[in-house]
Amino acid sequence: MTAYLADVATLARKDLRLELRARNTVPAMLLFVVAALVVFHFALPAESSELAAKGLLWVAIVFTALLGLTRAFVAEREQRLIDGLLLAPCDRSAIWLAKAVAVLGFLVVAEVVALPAFALFFSGIDGATIAGVALADLGICAVGTVLAAMAVAGRARELLLPLLFLPLSIPVIVGGVGASVTDHPARYLGFLALYDAVFAIISWASFEYVVTE
Amino acid sequence: MLCAAIALIFFYAPVDADQGLSQKIFYFHVPIALTSYACFGWGAWKALLVLWKRKPGADLESYVAIHQGVIFGALTLITGSIWAKISWGVWWTWSERQLVLFLVLFLFYSAYFMLRFSVEPGPQRENLSAVYALFGVVLIPISFLAIRLAESFIHPTVFTSRGPQMATSQFATFCVAFAAMILLAGTLYRVELVGKRLDAHLRELRELLA
Repeated sequence: MTAYLADVATLARKDLRLELRARNTVPAMLLFVVAALVVFHFALPAESSELAAKGLLWVAIVFTALLGLTRAFVAEREQRLIDGLLLAPCDRSAIWLAKAVAVLGFLVVAEVVALPAFALFFSGIDGATIAGVALADLGICAVGTVLAAMAVAGRARELLLPLLFLPLSIPVIVGGVGASVTDHPARYLGFLALYDAVFAIISWASFEYVVTE
Repeated sequence: MLCAAIALIFFYAPVDADQGLSQKIFYFHVPIALTSYACFGWGAWKALLVLWKRKPGADLESYVAIHQGVIFGALTLITGSIWAKISWGVWWTWSERQLVLFLVLFLFYSAYFMLRFSVEPGPQRENLSAVYALFGVVLIPISFLAIRLAESFIHPTVFTSRGPQMATSQFATFCVAFAAMILLAGTLYRVELVGKRLDAHLRELRELLA
């Protein structure tokens, strides 16, 4: 168990170090999410409610995550890094977990900027929304990492991932928007936790088949 | 069987007092929807066999089952939309849970085809398709729950339960229609499978000749 976790930590550190040196993904995500919020300001008519803005916050989060996920396995495929990872003496699901942790890290950095920016541009953010965002991030990263690994195997790559990911993200949007706009967020947070648990298990179990033949 | 079902629908089952003749579409819409679920479930089961037992041929069976499921899903959307137009006067309503769920599933399984056709045939494609099919069968109950939850903030008033109050003759007709749909799906599944297998065989022979 500790060996497994050590593998995960090593692999995740590899991704974070690559990002620190090349700075490809995180600045793009940050710029994207702030630009999206500015676009939403102009997309919403002046009289529309705060609730509509909160709904759009979730759209921004999902698309920002999608941006990060698209880049997640590019180095693995283009520079054949995946072959080296598969030869490494570790469990294949550790590769999934490490990648999910790295993507989660990038997404959290983007949100640490996005949520205050949202509060500044639109309306304040309550604890339920933050809890919803945290739970949704887990689910998005768990599912998204598997789908990103699938998408890079295809010819269409960047085109394929949103098609695969958006139908699966609908429950996340429901849970997240429910948690941030209703008066009793506990049900929605519970639903998000259920989504996370179910999809984390199935992603963990199935990742090996996605990367091997 | 299908003929028997159609005959029963139009001559045996009583005309609904409230909705009149249009209620007859119920005997098509609901069995088609259930058949579509059955196809997705069968496809996922075959996908599990691909991953677990490495059964040769299960990949093709899984694909054909999901293909049938998508066709029946599209029919569900069409019949549901016709029914909605007749009884509520609109072609689409977000308050009808089953229709929304089918829209989500339709999008999801259309992406399945995109995935399948963008990867070269081979063991990797089998694996990817199988994993995605398994995600789909997990998504069905999760989406159902999500749509139920979403109603409370999109449509706050819709929380009535329509119990299955059917007369015996209606229920019998429904059962026959359901059995007919399942048989129809099974037959189509067989036909498509035989066709696809022939195709694969023919390709192998051609490659041998070339």
